[in-house]
Amino acid sequence: MHKEPLFHLVKRPAIKWYEAWFIRIMSVVFALIVAGIITLALTGLNPIKVYLTMIDGAIGTVRRSWALAQKTAMLLCIALALTPAFRMRFWNTGAEGQVLAGGMATATVMLLFGNKLPNGLLFVFMFVAAVLAGAVWGVIPAIFKAKWGTNETLFTLMMNYIAIQIIGYFVLEWSVPKGSGQIGVINQNTQAGWIPAIAGKAYLVNIIVVIVLTILVYVYLTYTKHGYEITVVGESERTARYIGIDVKKVIIRTMLLSGAICGIAGFLLVAGSDHTITKDTAGGNGFTAIMVCWLAKFNPIWMVLTALLICFLQKGAGEIATMYQLNLSFSDIITGIIIFFIVGCEFFINYRIIFNRHGKEVKA
Amino acid sequence: MKTPAIELKNITKTFGSNYANKDVCLSVYNGEILSILGENGSGKTTLLNMISGIYYPDSGQIFVNGEEVTITSPSDAFKYRIGMIHQHFKLVDVFTATENIILGLEDNGKYDLKKASEKVKEIADQYGFEIDPNKKIYDMSVSEKQTVEIIKVLYRGADVLMLDEPTAVLTPQETRKLFSVMKRMKEDGKALIIITHKLNEVMEISDKVAVLRKGEYIGTVDTANTNENELTEMMVGQKVVLHIDRSDPVDPQDRLIVAHLNCFNDEGLKVLHDVTFTAKSGEILGVAGIAGSGQRELLETIAGLQPMVTGGVQYINPETGGIEFLRDKTPLEIRELGIRLSFVPEDRLGMGLVGNMGTTDNMLLRSYLKGKGMFLHKDESKKLAKKVINELEVVTPDAEFPVRKLSGGNVQKVLVGREIAAAPTVFMAAYPVRGLDINSSYLIYNLLDEQKRNGAAVIFVGEDLDVLIALCDRILVIGSGSVTGIVDARTTTKEEIGLLMTKEVNKNA
Repeated sequence: MHKEPLFHLVKRPAIKWYEAWFIRIMSVVFALIVAGIITLALTGLNPIKVYLTMIDGAIGTVRRSWALAQKTAMLLCIALALTPAFRMRFWNTGAEGQVLAGGMATATVMLLFGNKLPNGLLFVFMFVAAVLAGAVWGVIPAIFKAKWGTNETLFTLMMNYIAIQIIGYFVLEWSVPKGSGQIGVINQNTQAGWIPAIAGKAYLVNIIVVIVLTILVYVYLTYTKHGYEITVVGESERTARYIGIDVKKVIIRTMLLSGAICGIAGFLLVAGSDHTITKDTAGGNGFTAIMVCWLAKFNPIWMVLTALLICFLQKGAGEIATMYQLNLSFSDIITGIIIFFIVGCEFFINYRIIFNRHGKEVKA
Repeated sequence: MKTPAIELKNITKTFGSNYANKDVCLSVYNGEILSILGENGSGKTTLLNMISGIYYPDSGQIFVNGEEVTITSPSDAFKYRIGMIHQHFKLVDVFTATENIILGLEDNGKYDLKKASEKVKEIADQYGFEIDPNKKIYDMSVSEKQTVEIIKVLYRGADVLMLDEPTAVLTPQETRKLFSVMKRMKEDGKALIIITHKLNEVMEISDKVAVLRKGEYIGTVDTANTNENELTEMMVGQKVVLHIDRSDPVDPQDRLIVAHLNCFNDEGLKVLHDVTFTAKSGEILGVAGIAGSGQRELLETIAGLQPMVTGGVQYINPETGGIEFLRDKTPLEIRELGIRLSFVPEDRLGMGLVGNMGTTDNMLLRSYLKGKGMFLHKDESKKLAKKVINELEVVTPDAEFPVRKLSGGNVQKVLVGREIAAAPTVFMAAYPVRGLDINSSYLIYNLLDEQKRNGAAVIFVGEDLDVLIALCDRILVIGSGSVTGIVDARTTTKEEIGLLMTKEVNKNA
């Protein structure tokens, strides 16, 4: 008996950048085709029209474009917060909670000191409170990891629920009107502690802050001694110890930073766009940001693109659901297919499939 | 005419764009021992893995007793009575020898340990193995574990045995025992294939030698008609002078005094017992011992990476004559004392370097804190990277290319280059030539001698006793974590060191 296996996988040698991009672009094309077929099969709608509706929903009007930019900025901000931790191979799944902690601190300062302090000082208070709250939320799991080697993924995840329940408590306690279960818009009349619009654009400050943060995080990770330490610890803790890096210190310091940036995200969400706090303020972005981070391979500059892609898909898919009165799950299906292809294509960048010739007769 | 037990025709296997094996043809007959000789990375293990069903060749044919076969899994290999003894043993620690041997066998569903034990004994007696079938694996020495692996494949009725570097982990005495067993198996009509890169063993044990170089098949010669020089030339592709320079120590002075060192490993087992010795400047102190006898822990303890339970390490400053105590100091604190202690660890990519970084960033590891402010200053590292690449002839596309993707020899050059750049007064190296080709190995030996001539106290943990004897001034022998002797390298013999390696020391003393 002489039978050959049908195919086998071979790791590719270094691939040229344009070949890699060709594979990536082809994966998007395939994704659109597959999603199109499924759209046709499930709904009978013209896929091209559906895609055009998606684009329209994301950037069809100036207002929609600004909304997309704001959404992208917030997602990017959280992804930036995760980046230092992820580069250190510290899997911070607690961004949701850290953002909420920052947001809760901001809202608290707005409620307690709004209209009592000059607006400039109020902002300083809000910002500092948000950064501290986020940092504390981030550093607690880091201390446990550094001292006792606890699992950071579970620990940070659990911290999310604590943050959510704390907010749940205060939302009830401070609800306006009493018993409504909502805090409502804070300082609606005076707009104390609201980040002002610039040139008539409500979200411009948020966007500018995130752009600056992107550059800062990039520089911090690439050009500073701290950034270098983070990379070494992430690549090999033993190497770090070998050259005398205090691994515990680096873990704690980096998570302080990661949590602090999440705190800033909370601050921007509450003071810059929502002007209130609910359990949903972070809106799952703490988890979506993990994907943004991985897709960009922890590079802050690439993250601008991956965050934009995901927000674009979410906005566009939402639009299809409303326009064609489809179930919201349908837009999730489309988004899921596209992201699956984009993530999956990395496999083909790393591996080649070799098919063997069938029925090869070999003379003995 | 006899048919070969195993015959390979034009076997080719690629990994990426590299040929691991290219058009390899070889054959081995029953009652014959074939050595496969080649440097590290020449594709020896890959070739055997294809015969044992772990890899599948891209092209080429395999014949067993003249019949073409397809081997896609280790169980296919067993079907054709082929057994492989891997370099890294695959045994269940908490099982006994017999339990490991019959593990995974489908013996009509019956599980008869007693009968199995008897059969194990029978096999052992037939070939002259020494084994206790009821001993647990975790109680066994490396050599005993290897015996279990060999009996495991014999028990399954293998007629072809393939051994991947079986002597790498053995003492000279154990090697001799293994060779006598191999000869008995050969007389019994088994076909044996053995991978090794030690030339003297090739000459001693094999009937034929097949040589591979960078995946290419160079040729097969009869051992009787060849010599070590010819084989080396086939292996390397050029004439190599295998000569280790040993300079005489100049004005040796005490540099590092290690006294009564006791140390536990990460699992809480005691790995060093009352280790005491002195390393002198201008001298190479070799450390010999069976793998895993505490060599790694010894160097890591001195370097400040492992806590010591009791004992101490004193460093005598060559400029001032002052004494520094290294106990409970971190690597950073040791460096801040102005002690230029360099350490080339055994695990190059896991400890000495960062694999995903380029040469420049790896040079930075020792010096990234230098310079003012929070930003990195890379200029010096860039210069050093260039210097190391030029002087040690590191083959790399550029200084930013991830070192993980370099060959073993080049990785080691980057690491050693960085460690000698600091002009060390103490230079420690653990298995610095493991996995290196012959030329790189000799380059490393010469660098060690150069450090010695520069007045450093060199501590060299090695595995090849011939090299230790040729290169070192004194050799410290370590057995299960205790110093079993310190001998003069110029007068000692391999046998003497081998005996010391297995000598029992009263641990309660």
